[in-house]
Amino acid sequence: MTVDQWLQAAIADAERRGLPELKPILETLARATRALRAADFNDDASDGRRSAAVRSRS
Amino acid sequence: MIAVPTLTIEEFGRRLRAREITAEQIIEECLRRIDVDNPRLNAFILVLADQARRQAREADRELSAGRDRGALHGVPISIKDLLDVRGTPTTAASRVREAHEAERDATAIAHLRQAGAIFIGKTNLHEFAFGTTNEDSAFGPARNPHDPARSPGGSSGGSAVSLVAGMALATIGTDTGGSIRIPAAACGAVGFKPTYGEVSTDGVVPLSRALDHVGPLARSVTDAWIVYRALLGDPAPPPLAAVPLRGLRVGVPRAYFCEVLDDEVRARFEETLDALRAAGVSVDETEIPHAKHIAPIYLHIVLADAAAYHATTLESMPERYTAPVRLRLEMGRYVLAEDYVRAQNGREQLRREVNAALAGHDALMLPTLPIPAPPLGADSVKVGPTEEPVRNMMLRLTQLFNLTGHPAIAIPCGRTSDGLPCSLQLVGAHRQTEALLRAALACEAQIG
Repeated sequence: MTVDQWLQAAIADAERRGLPELKPILETLARATRALRAADFNDDASDGRRSAAVRSRS
Repeated sequence: MIAVPTLTIEEFGRRLRAREITAEQIIEECLRRIDVDNPRLNAFILVLADQARRQAREADRELSAGRDRGALHGVPISIKDLLDVRGTPTTAASRVREAHEAERDATAIAHLRQAGAIFIGKTNLHEFAFGTTNEDSAFGPARNPHDPARSPGGSSGGSAVSLVAGMALATIGTDTGGSIRIPAAACGAVGFKPTYGEVSTDGVVPLSRALDHVGPLARSVTDAWIVYRALLGDPAPPPLAAVPLRGLRVGVPRAYFCEVLDDEVRARFEETLDALRAAGVSVDETEIPHAKHIAPIYLHIVLADAAAYHATTLESMPERYTAPVRLRLEMGRYVLAEDYVRAQNGREQLRREVNAALAGHDALMLPTLPIPAPPLGADSVKVGPTEEPVRNMMLRLTQLFNLTGHPAIAIPCGRTSDGLPCSLQLVGAHRQTEALLRAALACEAQIG
């Protein structure tokens, strides 16, 4: 699941649960998740040949 | 009149044993200060006046009879209301815990009781320790004694206030992202987070069991050593000896850690380094290559851990949380397992990098807080030319050492032109806690 897909689903779920005020802090978490996924310490099943730039888009 | 705000445990113990003061007298003076100042500073959730007086009389009787329990005999200590003290509620500053009463002491508290400490009360905190300003508490915010319009820091804010305002000689806090060191820095005290796992967290309401630490806030490094040893179950530790400053090797991680600092905080930090260099300390630069990932790694771990602990009550009694804490806990329920694992991998990377930075150094040295105590209610603060979120600033320089488990201590290092405290942080190697404190003692003597 990409960060964008996750964020869309999380916001929809929060609204369904009556917590629309979660939207801005979920967007903050999404920024942190993008940064985390872009880090070069993450595992890579293709044995590390994909670049960090590619990972940052996933 | 006893000058409680400046009286150290070390000095109190000397005067107690010289029969110049009694435990009953010090307790009465602390209770008087609580009566006078707690209504405006809101440090305490519960004051244990009757119990403390009984304990004090017993401490005096014991000493007269020749029973000396050690360095904490008769010493008034306040306890963050996140740790169980038998027979009292552990509220965690939350209405969620309204019906709670502790049946037994937390292990660390039991050690203090055995060492003769007197529990003067339970202190205010950021609800469930999930914040750094102490603003979100079911009991209202604790206020900074240096300026009551400002935050005392958090989450152990009430603890720091009780110490600095002379309501106790030491206090016990918890630290998951900086919650001992941040309020110590904001209020001008010594705050010490031991190595992860050293002091028991049994009987402590968790925020993140992977990151939680228990430790003291005190008026001096020696006092922090005394309380730390008592927390471990050693009531009569040997005196702490300072290392020679000449030859002490210190690494300063400037990239990231010194990039976003208030001008006056930066000035006090650089002056401190200059003073230590002049005393013979070798100061050189080091680095944490993945420092920019600290906040995302920390966030994913602490959010998910806290959400797991609170999931049941978030469903059954959500209205009992303060709104900001409830929202942050709810946010944690959306962290994906794969991102939690990435964060744990990142944590291991950071641990290796801090170990590497410490190689060839006796300690790392950096500011504790990049800003002075912020105004209560502020969401952001101006740091140099930019506006920065308060929460990010408060955690920026401390949370790394919760992720990595290294021992870290905050000691005062001057004030801003407005009289607000600045703080120096020293970080030591895993399980080399005594060595860190010996270095901190030497630095304290030089910059104090």
